[in-house]
Amino acid sequence: MALKHPKIEQLEQHCCEALQEDLNDPSLFTYADFDETEVERTGVSNYSYWRSTLRAFSKNKVAMFLLILMLAVVLFTFIQPLLPNQFDPFLVNNNPATGLPLKNQPPNSVHWLGTNQIGQDLWARIWSGTRTSLFIGLAVAMIEACVGILVGVLWGYVRKLDFLFTEIYNVLDNIPSTIVLILISFILKPGVSTIILAMSITGWIGMARFVRNQVLIIRDRDYNVASRCLGTTTWRIIMKNLLPYLVSVIMLRMALSIPGAIGSEVFITYIGLGLPATTPSLGNLINEGRKLMMSPSLRYQLIYPTILLSIVTISFYMIGNAFSDAADPKNHI
Amino acid sequence: MAKYLLKRLLRSFITLFIILSIVFVLVRQMPIEGYFPNIEKMSAADIQRGLADRGLDKPILVQLGNFFKDMILHGDLGTSYVYRDEVPVTEILADKIPVSIQLGSMSLCVALLLGLPMGTLMAKYKGKFFDHLGTGFIVMINAVPAAVYYLFIQLYGTELFHINLLFSQNPPVVRWILPVISMSLGNIAYYAMWLRRYMVDESKKDYVMLARIKGANENQIMFKHIFRNAFVPLAQYIPTSFLNTVIGSIYIESLYSIPGMGGLLVDVIKKQDNTMVQGIVLLFACVGVIGLILGDLLMVCLDPRISFAKKGGDR
Repeated sequence: MALKHPKIEQLEQHCCEALQEDLNDPSLFTYADFDETEVERTGVSNYSYWRSTLRAFSKNKVAMFLLILMLAVVLFTFIQPLLPNQFDPFLVNNNPATGLPLKNQPPNSVHWLGTNQIGQDLWARIWSGTRTSLFIGLAVAMIEACVGILVGVLWGYVRKLDFLFTEIYNVLDNIPSTIVLILISFILKPGVSTIILAMSITGWIGMARFVRNQVLIIRDRDYNVASRCLGTTTWRIIMKNLLPYLVSVIMLRMALSIPGAIGSEVFITYIGLGLPATTPSLGNLINEGRKLMMSPSLRYQLIYPTILLSIVTISFYMIGNAFSDAADPKNHI
Repeated sequence: MAKYLLKRLLRSFITLFIILSIVFVLVRQMPIEGYFPNIEKMSAADIQRGLADRGLDKPILVQLGNFFKDMILHGDLGTSYVYRDEVPVTEILADKIPVSIQLGSMSLCVALLLGLPMGTLMAKYKGKFFDHLGTGFIVMINAVPAAVYYLFIQLYGTELFHINLLFSQNPPVVRWILPVISMSLGNIAYYAMWLRRYMVDESKKDYVMLARIKGANENQIMFKHIFRNAFVPLAQYIPTSFLNTVIGSIYIESLYSIPGMGGLLVDVIKKQDNTMVQGIVLLFACVGVIGLILGDLLMVCLDPRISFAKKGGDR
């Protein structure tokens, strides 16, 4: 600890040398010229939060690969219907010779991943389903984040609201989400927007509690107390002091809620409250495949959607983890 | 401390009351057609009689009052109408709860027995092969939806061990193997992940360095010093987890047709068996509230630095 910083040592040496020089040199006692580049060098740091985050993230090879893979998958779900030799995911394919539906065709050169029980092309259905599932996942994550952050910050920061919100949380958390899901599906007709609404209504509570706990940890740090003493408004403290600090944990939680939402879509479909069977989604496809899994020759109808689902969820999970590491200023140099 | 506990219990009762009231009102928003499967064939008088049978014809506040009066004065949760006609709710639940508790506590024990050593070893060999292996496992379990890997365990497990698909077709011990494995995987990953995180955090602290300077050997430091401190935050969840086994697992129990609590709630909500829904919600809410209190108590017992007296005023 007693060791001197090398720069201080240098400075001392420099002073000693200067003193030994002839102090009578008049040029030493004139005003120094104003040099803009010198001012810039010390005055402004070229640290940029987002640039450092990006740099740290791009160092993680696995996460970069998965990010590119995910972008490719998202892009491909839109490109796929435009490619030549594709089938409509809703079209029941008939055998031109006999006129009967091509049921349960194993993967072949025409139907790349085979056909399902009623003769629809599995390849087209899987991509259409991925599009639906990704949309549901992203939408639910966004809505959860918006509502959850807003409520969570107020809950954690405004002390008077803590008691009220905690009681509301205890109540809402104990109302089974199935009741809410069923009631919503009674009121609205089943579809993508209904399922997004239902999942957001039950999902924001967890996000709010998470943000609240994070805010509680930092709300009384010295810099926040100082801001408060200086009369900074609550809104400004939240926007400038709290949220930038929490960006990495919130991003992580958001990235994890995408695979979470995709997974619970599978589950909700399983208990019979999901999308109607006419709308392909990964949940629907896996559920259709599940019914056939006991006959080994038809198992491909379960395995292909599962592989795609696993790739998507694992990628988002890994990207989220890598991003939250990168977004943590402690890991910036 | 007794005063704090009393206050907390009192608040819990209020919470329970509100939860039950909300659920009570919510289930009564369901359409009337749902109560009678063959409503087209019924006359208006029949429908009216059916509603009166269930006490649904009175104003909602009167119904609510009657429900609480019966529950508090007689411990009576009413009888089921659809699920099993005229059988008291408590009796149906008493049949189902032990099965779920058995499944849940077995899988939780497996999870603790495997997850805690796994987390400890991962922290000990941080950055080595075992750590990477464990992290891979945790990522897989966390990222792939449970609904999917349960399915594959059932699919390949039944083929591998040559056992039957359904719970009731298997001999007494064998029938539990696959459900318990499926159910414990998530918890193994959970305990291993958090124990590793906490232990890595703890091992950077000064008292660990002091122990090392004293010349304590690495195993002693790992288990006697670090583990004890790192385990405290996890201990809070253990009572809740054990109590939550009452809820059962809807997915596993329906995959293997285990006659437990799992699918019961969804089932009775769909069949609009109001008394059953209220009974189950009451049970689950009690479990949740008691679990939280027990968790805090256990944390106080394990870590003398934490006390209830501080908790109220300090924030």
